[in-house]
Amino acid sequence: MTLQEIVHLYNRVGFGISSSEATNLKSQSRTQIVSQLFEASRNFEPLSIDISELTTTLKGLKMKDRKKARALFKESAKKIHEMNIAWLYKLGNTEQLLVEKMTLFWANHFVCRDENIVHFQQYQNTLRTHALGNFKEFVVAISKEASMMKYLNTRQNKKQKPNENFARELMELFTLGRDEYSEKDIKEAARAFTGWNHSIMGDFRFRRRQHDYEEKTFLGKTGNFDGDVIIEIILQQKKCAQFICEKIYRYFVNDQLDDSRVSEMTELFYEEYDIEKLMRFVLTSDWFYDEKNIGTKIKSPVEFLIGIHRVVPMQFEKERELVYLQKLLGQHLLFPPNVAGWKGGRNWINPNTMMLRLRLPSVLLANGEIALDEKGEFEDDFQRFNNKRNRQRKLKVIPDWETFQSREKNTTTEQLQQTLLTSPLNRGTKEYLEKLADQDLKEFCIQLMSLPEYQLC
Amino acid sequence: MNRRNFLKQASLASTAMFLPKFVSGFNLIDSAVATGKKLVIIQLSGGNDGLNTVVPFRNDIYHKNRLSLAQKKTNLIGITDEIGFHESLIAHSNLYNNGELCVVNNVGYPNPNRSHFRSTDIWHTGSGADEYLQSGWIGRYLDVTKSKSLNAIEVDDSLSLILKGEMTDGMATKNPKLFFETTQAPYFKKVVEHHDDAHLSEHNLGYLYKTMVTASSSAKYIYETSKTFTTKTTYPNTEFSKQLKQVGQFINSGLQTKVYYASLGGFDTHANQANKQKRLLKVYDEAMAAFIKDLKQQDSFKDTLILTFSEFGRRVQQNAANGTDHGTSNQVFLIGNQLKKQGFYNPMADLSNLDSNGDLKYDIDFRQIYTSVLNNWLEVDAKKVMSKSFMDINIV
Repeated sequence: MTLQEIVHLYNRVGFGISSSEATNLKSQSRTQIVSQLFEASRNFEPLSIDISELTTTLKGLKMKDRKKARALFKESAKKIHEMNIAWLYKLGNTEQLLVEKMTLFWANHFVCRDENIVHFQQYQNTLRTHALGNFKEFVVAISKEASMMKYLNTRQNKKQKPNENFARELMELFTLGRDEYSEKDIKEAARAFTGWNHSIMGDFRFRRRQHDYEEKTFLGKTGNFDGDVIIEIILQQKKCAQFICEKIYRYFVNDQLDDSRVSEMTELFYEEYDIEKLMRFVLTSDWFYDEKNIGTKIKSPVEFLIGIHRVVPMQFEKERELVYLQKLLGQHLLFPPNVAGWKGGRNWINPNTMMLRLRLPSVLLANGEIALDEKGEFEDDFQRFNNKRNRQRKLKVIPDWETFQSREKNTTTEQLQQTLLTSPLNRGTKEYLEKLADQDLKEFCIQLMSLPEYQLC
Repeated sequence: MNRRNFLKQASLASTAMFLPKFVSGFNLIDSAVATGKKLVIIQLSGGNDGLNTVVPFRNDIYHKNRLSLAQKKTNLIGITDEIGFHESLIAHSNLYNNGELCVVNNVGYPNPNRSHFRSTDIWHTGSGADEYLQSGWIGRYLDVTKSKSLNAIEVDDSLSLILKGEMTDGMATKNPKLFFETTQAPYFKKVVEHHDDAHLSEHNLGYLYKTMVTASSSAKYIYETSKTFTTKTTYPNTEFSKQLKQVGQFINSGLQTKVYYASLGGFDTHANQANKQKRLLKVYDEAMAAFIKDLKQQDSFKDTLILTFSEFGRRVQQNAANGTDHGTSNQVFLIGNQLKKQGFYNPMADLSNLDSNGDLKYDIDFRQIYTSVLNNWLEVDAKKVMSKSFMDINIV
């Protein structure tokens, strides 16, 4: 594989690659490298933080004990922030790139928010379990997750009083896309999911008395359907395979769809809904490495931050600052804006986020200053909310240049540029970089990361 | 072309022919929004207790539900025989007397959401409770008028949903000097100086460079324009006041920006509300007093409309902690001297007709106010900005 192809592959299935690692892989074939990526992701490590105490309290919780319940909720909300940080560090250091990148993709597909850490941690790992598995099993598992049943009101969906929220989003956002079903289909599907609920610990529970056992007519089929059958019928629609393949194409290949490629993917995916098979097909195909697909996607804030970390490892002394950076950049993991998730692409970029992105490498790696007062939270009291300092400040970050230097001791500026920038360069910028070619590698690295080109992968 | 030349040229329409079409769109003077009218939006964040802000002090239901929190007549600033302003709202009661304030009572939306996040999103986007929009109503105003980012400024370090459009986002800056300095920092400045405008494409890379140039040229424009004005008005020493002082400087220096947004937080008063709210409303009222004085001194008040809202009001029945929980509809303040309706737009909320949760049922949809502001003040067709058509209540 060429260096450019290796970097492209690692940009898309991971968060870039260091120059030295990329150089080491050059002797291997595409099939070999792709197979190794799948092998490395075979046994994923769950995302887990210590919630043992909370779990014990939750088990013994009586809902009547409101004081205890409130304390528990508060503690749980704190743990969500801990999980957010744990997730970022996991992305920064994992060897299981593919499964983690897929998880990031699915987390913005099966969008969910929850303040119950016990349920939400389980949700995050259900995403990992199925990230490269079978899509049908995936949809069923997600539909039965406590976090999802709360987020989209499945547990309020009862025979006597159906709630359509989940049925609607299941079709519109998770499987078929808009306009592929009628309002009647939504109503009928909602009836089939009645009685789905969960235990306090988050296990699936079916409440017979709340389930509607009458006949339903859904997408042209009539029968005594339950939720599982509804999902089966949805997946029989080829449109579902196409909908997912389009989304995968946009995320991993190019914002602009290529209909013939998507249709090749759809044919393959529709056979068994095997996600691994689909991804293997994409990553080994020639067109994935076409010039027009390289260096054209705008990095998400997480791809941007983790990408820097993978070249120069960073340690944040104040985790709060890492949270705030995510908010400023527009992607706070575990806190998607709504059920449709982050729109991505050009929506990441506005004058403020662009300025921040171009400034951030020098703030993080070269002790630069930046004005970033934190927006208060709704629940904050006056002091906390309005405590703004209105000045530039440094972030408490320790960049690990030693690791960078030992890893890249044989790397030239040209090689570094090839691994950090894959898009064609702006002409003026190119001329400028040429003048810097004999600069210190460290300085050069910061300058490369401070370019608009670095926002692309 | 270096940056300085580029900026110089961009301001001369005649040189636009040398530039690709979309680059010439950087012209800083925006003909699409040439009127001098300004809109300032203020959010009392956390959910201000409207019932204790504009108080129906003769209402028995009010007193029954607010055993320890009900405001006594003697503490209020009287407006009418039935309604009084909270004692902190001195400037607002003067504005009321001058015919420069319109109180729209009981503003809300169907199926109210009691989450701060969701309800703020609903107010910012102008959506219904069952609808998830990803752009704000001011952001879409920028889209529809094909305005530049700097036509809507949030006085903060990051941008809220209200200013995010489908195509164009507004900008956030709390301090134009710091904002400008950011573009002058090493690495950043070099890229701005060296890049080649003539080769920007419509692809993502071109878009990134274009946004970078917008950020950098806007920062320069905002800083250099705003510093030409120094206020003679003394503002109180609070953060919120500093934000309004900044807006005052922007407006009085002749910055072309049409819409400003700022928020004051801390209104989530679940416990011991009385003192907290008193202090918060004082901060709000005193800052507004200075801001309006500043505008009046420069004769820019006549072109400025100020809209204050909160994402929801609070429950009629107080809680056991001498506070109030999340509620529904609330009043909106409109301030200016070109109001079509002065004083009270509509009667106070009916406390005898609450929903099953014990919350107020709204009378005016907040999107009717937006519609009126868009049509009559910002002079753009509200139907193009809002997802649905709402009756224009013809208030400004």
